[in-house]
Amino acid sequence: MAGAVGASAEWTNPVLDKYPTDKVNTTGLMVTDTTVTVGQLHSVTGTMAISETGSVEAERLAIKQINDMGGVLGRKIEIIQEDGASDWPTFAEKARKLLVSDKVGTVFGCWTSASRKAVLPIFEKENGMLYYPTFYEGLEASKNVIYTGQEATQQILWGLDWAHEEKGAKTFFLIGSDYIWPRTSNKIARIHIERFLKGCKVVGEEYYPLGHTQFGSLINKVKLKKPDCIYSIIVGGSNVAWYKQLNAAGITADSLAKRGQILLTISTTEDEILGIGGANVEGFYACMKYFQSLDNENNKKFVAAFKEMWGSDSVIGDVTQAAYLGPWLWKATVEKAGSFDIDAISAASGGVEFKEAPEGYVRIHDTNNHLWSKARIGKMLANGQFEVIAESPELIEPNPFPEGYK
Amino acid sequence: MELLAFISMFEGYTGEEIRAIFIMQGFSGLSMFSVFLLMALGLAIIFGQMKVINMAHGEFLTIGAYTTVFISDWAVESAPGFLPYYFPFAMLAAFGVAFLMGYLVEIGFIRFLYKRPLDTLLATWGLSMILQQIFRLTFGAREDSAVMPDWLMGSWAASDMVDIPINGMFLLGTSIFMTVLVWLLMARSRWGLRVRATVQNREMAAATGINTKRTDRMTFALGCGIAGIAGAAFTTIGSVSPSAGSLYIVDTFIVVVFGGAGSLIGTILAAFSIAQAQSILEFFLDGVLAKVFILLTVVGILMLRPQGLVVSKIRKP
Repeated sequence: MAGAVGASAEWTNPVLDKYPTDKVNTTGLMVTDTTVTVGQLHSVTGTMAISETGSVEAERLAIKQINDMGGVLGRKIEIIQEDGASDWPTFAEKARKLLVSDKVGTVFGCWTSASRKAVLPIFEKENGMLYYPTFYEGLEASKNVIYTGQEATQQILWGLDWAHEEKGAKTFFLIGSDYIWPRTSNKIARIHIERFLKGCKVVGEEYYPLGHTQFGSLINKVKLKKPDCIYSIIVGGSNVAWYKQLNAAGITADSLAKRGQILLTISTTEDEILGIGGANVEGFYACMKYFQSLDNENNKKFVAAFKEMWGSDSVIGDVTQAAYLGPWLWKATVEKAGSFDIDAISAASGGVEFKEAPEGYVRIHDTNNHLWSKARIGKMLANGQFEVIAESPELIEPNPFPEGYK
Repeated sequence: MELLAFISMFEGYTGEEIRAIFIMQGFSGLSMFSVFLLMALGLAIIFGQMKVINMAHGEFLTIGAYTTVFISDWAVESAPGFLPYYFPFAMLAAFGVAFLMGYLVEIGFIRFLYKRPLDTLLATWGLSMILQQIFRLTFGAREDSAVMPDWLMGSWAASDMVDIPINGMFLLGTSIFMTVLVWLLMARSRWGLRVRATVQNREMAAATGINTKRTDRMTFALGCGIAGIAGAAFTTIGSVSPSAGSLYIVDTFIVVVFGGAGSLIGTILAAFSIAQAQSILEFFLDGVLAKVFILLTVVGILMLRPQGLVVSKIRKP
C-alpha cells in the first residue's frame, strides 16, 4: 500500500528564500526544497476498514486543498500511505517504518485506542508527530500526539446534562460494547450521574461482546427497568442488530416519547446509520461535536468538496470531520513555528486555531494537545442525517484527566 | 451479591409485569435458539456427515446475506412494487448462490483434502480469508443491510405488555421448516440414504453403485446452500459486512460439536440448551459474563463427554 502521490515536476517554491530547507528541517526529515512527505496510517483492510475509510478520505481531501493553496511553507505535501490492517502489531511496525525509514514530517492516523496505544511508544521514542482523529476515552496526553477528536468529558458530561435538564431524565441505563472506550465512558457517565446530577441514578449497566447480534435479553431488561434515558455506546456491526431489534421489539422514539423516555448515544454517526437504515433509528438522539447537516458556511464548503472528491452518496460522520482537521492544524502549526522539526511543532501547537473548521472553530489547548470544541445533540432522521437540536453555548475545554471522575 | 441483585431486580413490579417479562424473555431465548439452529444445520451436514472442518462456513452465510442485500437494493432501485414480496425469493436466491459456490469450492478445493481432514481446517481458513477480502473489494467495507418489507417489521402485541418481535417469529418458523426439510432429506429420501451409506462405508457404498464423489459434492453444496439461507434470514435481525461470517463461526462449531457431530437431534438439543442458558444468563448477569459461563460449561461437558450430547449409532469401519 505504499506509494508517493501527487508529485509535480514544475512546482517551484515561492518562499524558499525565506524558509531555506536547512533552516526548516534540521533533523533530517523528508523535506526538500519543493516537497514535504507525510505519512497516513489507517486500516484499509480488516474489520476496522469500515470506520477508517472516512478518515483516510478526509485527510486526503485536506491535503489536496492545502496543496492547491500552495502547500506548507511553499512545499507541496506528498503522502506515503500505510495499511494498519486492523491489526495492532502491524500498526506499530508501519509506524516505525514511517518514522525511521521514511522520515515523514508527520503522520495522520490510527482510529481505535488499541492502535493508538500500540504506536504511542514508537512516536515518543522516535520523536514523531501523530494527528489522531477519533473521539476516545481520555486519560492520555502526549507531546507527540494531537488529539483532534473529543476526549470523554467533552462528549459525555454535556450530553448527560442535556438529557437531565431538557428531557427531565432521572434514571439512566448504560449500555456498551465490551472494550475500553465504552467501559471508561460509562464509568465517567456513572460518576457524573451519581455525583453531579441531582436525584439521578443509574438503573443498569451492561456490556456485550463486540460483534454480538442478539439483544433480546437486554431489550427485555430495558423494558423492565423503564429508564428515562437509554444511554448506548454500542459500536460496529452490533449497532445494526441492536437498533433493528429495538425496533422489532416495539421500542421506537415515538413509543419512548409516550413514556417520557429517550435514547441517547455517543457511538452512532451518519456512517453507522447508513448500515442500520434511517427508519430504524428515527427520533433517537446522539451527542457529537459534528454532524454532516451542520448549518454554517465552512461546513457547506467542506461537504460539497468531500462529495465532489469521494462521490455524491458519501456520508460524513463525526470522526471523518475530525480527521479533516489534522492536516490543517499541522499546516498552521508548521507555519507558526516556521519549521518542520518535531520539537518545534510540538512546542508551537498550543493555541493553534483553525477558523475554517467544518464544526465551526477549533483551537488546540495550551497544555494538553486536545481541541477546544463544542458539543451538540442531533436527532436522527429517516434519511440517515441528523437534525441539530442543541449546541453547547461555549467551546468546551478538553480535560483528559478529569478530577473527581476516577 | 449477585443473588441479591437477582431478587432486588424484581422489586416494585406487579405480578403481571413480571409475567410479561418472562414470556418475552422465553421468546428471546427461542429466537436465539432459531439463530443457532439455522447456523448449525448446514455445518452439521458438512462436518457431521463428511468430517470436513469447514472454517469458511461463515462466509457462505455472508454470501447468502449479500445476495439478499443485492436483491433488496435492486428492488428499491428498480422495482419498488416488488419490495413487499422479495424476501422469500431472496432466500431462494441465497440458497442457489451459496449452493453453487459450495459446489465449485468442492470441485476446486475440498475434494483434494478428504484424506487429510486436519488440513481442511487450514485450507478452509485460508479460503475464508480470501472470500472476506473478495467481499470487501466487491461490496466495500461498510455494514450493509437489506430493506425489510413492512410485514417483517415491528412486533405483535399479544397483550398490553407483551411484545413479540415479528422477525423473531419469522426466524423461528424458518429454522423449524429447514430442520424438518433436512430431516426428511437425510432420513427419508434416496439421496439421504446415499449420503449415509457413503459416510458409513465408502467402499461398500461405491460397490453398490453409489457415485460417492457426486454424493460428496452434493452434500457439501447442500450444507453451503443452507448456510446461505441462514445468512438471508439473519438480515432480518442484523447487518452484513465482509467479516460477518466470522462472528457466527465459533458459535456454530460449538453447537455442532456440543450436540455430537452427525446427529440432527443432538444439534437441535445443543442449540436449544445453549441458547436458553445464554438468554437466561444474559438477563440475570450480563452479555459478557453469560458468554464466559456458557463456554466454560461447554468445555467442561465436552471433557466428560467428548462425543457430545447425542451419539449417532453407526458402526465404525
